[in-house]
Amino acid sequence: MPRRNTVGYLAAFAVVGITVVPLLFVVLGGFRTTAQINRAPAGLPGPWVWDNYAEVLGSAQFWRLLGNSALIAVIATTLAVGFGSMAAFALSRYVFRGREAFYTLFTLGLLFPLGVATLPLYLWLRQLGLLENPLGVAIPEAAFSLPITIVILRPFMNAIPVELEDAALLDGAARLGFFWRILLPLSRPALATVSILAFVSSWNFFLLPLLVFNDSTNFTLPLGVAMFQSEHSQDTAKILAFTALSMIPALTFFVLAERRMVGGLTGSVKG
Amino acid sequence: MSTATSARPMTAPSSHAPRAGGTRRRSRTRTRLELTLLLAPALLLFAGFVLVPIGVAGFYSLYAWNGFGPLTDFVGLDNYVDAFSGEVFRGAIGHNLIIAGLSIVVQLPLSISLALLLNRKLRGRTFLRMVVFAPYVLSEAVTAVIWLLMLQPGGFVDQVLRGAGLGWLVRQWLADPKIVLYTLFVVITWKYIGFGVILLLAGLQGIPAELREAAALDGATSWQATRHVVLPLLGPTIRVWIFLSVIGSLQLFDLVWIMTLGGPANASTTMATYLIDHGFKRYEFGFGSAVAVILFIICFTFALLYQRFALRRDTDGALTRAVS
Repeated sequence: MPRRNTVGYLAAFAVVGITVVPLLFVVLGGFRTTAQINRAPAGLPGPWVWDNYAEVLGSAQFWRLLGNSALIAVIATTLAVGFGSMAAFALSRYVFRGREAFYTLFTLGLLFPLGVATLPLYLWLRQLGLLENPLGVAIPEAAFSLPITIVILRPFMNAIPVELEDAALLDGAARLGFFWRILLPLSRPALATVSILAFVSSWNFFLLPLLVFNDSTNFTLPLGVAMFQSEHSQDTAKILAFTALSMIPALTFFVLAERRMVGGLTGSVKG
Repeated sequence: MSTATSARPMTAPSSHAPRAGGTRRRSRTRTRLELTLLLAPALLLFAGFVLVPIGVAGFYSLYAWNGFGPLTDFVGLDNYVDAFSGEVFRGAIGHNLIIAGLSIVVQLPLSISLALLLNRKLRGRTFLRMVVFAPYVLSEAVTAVIWLLMLQPGGFVDQVLRGAGLGWLVRQWLADPKIVLYTLFVVITWKYIGFGVILLLAGLQGIPAELREAAALDGATSWQATRHVVLPLLGPTIRVWIFLSVIGSLQLFDLVWIMTLGGPANASTTMATYLIDHGFKRYEFGFGSAVAVILFIICFTFALLYQRFALRRDTDGALTRAVS
């Protein structure tokens, strides 16, 4: 047992190193000057420089990118999880003809990478007048998040004992009441998972905003990072500071949500 | 409704017990209404923004069209023929396949080992999990910028290798056509390994500890319990991972677009970068649509075959299968 754990700790140590070092490179690099970085790419800050971070935090550009990303991600997540959980409820708890066909239709969405549809989607959005509009990104993102949402929620909802539903119906609850008051609360762990997936995929999405937004005031954070990188290609330190700051929201969100996501997948129903 | 069932609580435990005709008809209408209410929003959203664009792409792909004005120049399947006869596009398909193959051979075993490791009672396990997942939550754009800077000639990676006495390994990571694809694969692995671990950990948590304990009582070693009890139960999760990983590899875009733009000399072009480069940047929307349809058909065929032969057993999906 102790020997096994030694191996475990060694492996864990290696994994942490490989994962964290690039992140540290970015964060610490932001505290250096470009000259320092060019002289010793793998060195530590000496002396520490605060200007890069201060400049990025003082720029309207950074905060605007952040706001745009947040708005789009919130809309996309709400739509995907709202509509997705309703559909998953219908597909898991009702018996009707064509149920499997509907389910298959949605799972087909897993096979349609958004990348495939982006070009036609762009033309379609242009026709709908949704270019340069946050909704033009958020709505398709929600649509493309539906399949995974339904695929995860349906078996979860299926697994909740029928007795529970029968008991609720015996107590006079309507089925929609059962959905709202019992099934959704019980599905919280799975809902957390799908919300996180939808939010993160929207937050990180690059290709669709790339086509939909031409005006850089509408850009989302990933677009902004890529743009900043190509615009300031001589100023490595500034790029690193900008990149480091743009990582913070996603990482913070993840730190807050991680436990519910993984730890919550079992549980709640068992009791 | 409740009176109908509660009148016979002993004989009719299910709510589907026969009822008077009127009630049944009314409840059937009601059920239909509920179903419409529940399914319609998702269906509309899905049809309007997933199915329609793909269908429309099939239509555009038959025309030579720059995206403006009416579709007049019908060219039949010429766009498809052009795409396949181009060496760059064929190369792109190959690159996507290489990435997909490498993912299964390299990333899967790595993900499984990490998940098993992180599922153990190590001190600082929570912290470890966080760390492994961290790159997954970063956007590909951020990942691309980070690695682009680290992989500069004479940059961080080169300096670290030299410092470790591995200077002979140093290459033109992103400028050598022979290496660039593998460099990108390493970056992809760095970013996506956490996702596999999330998925597999969820699967592992669904496996009751009692099963392992029972195996141990029967004299199984830890490895045997893992091999013969845990891994088979992880099967559905693993199959789903393979599926997602291949589909992801086939549509690889952001990372390549930012790090290499498909270069040098098209050595890292993927189907998706080719699609955006030709369809969008050069305003060849008809041609781009044809490429989109090809990409779609490739993904679709793979997915159908995979569903048919591998995922069939897991109709319930894998992620939350073991919850009950």
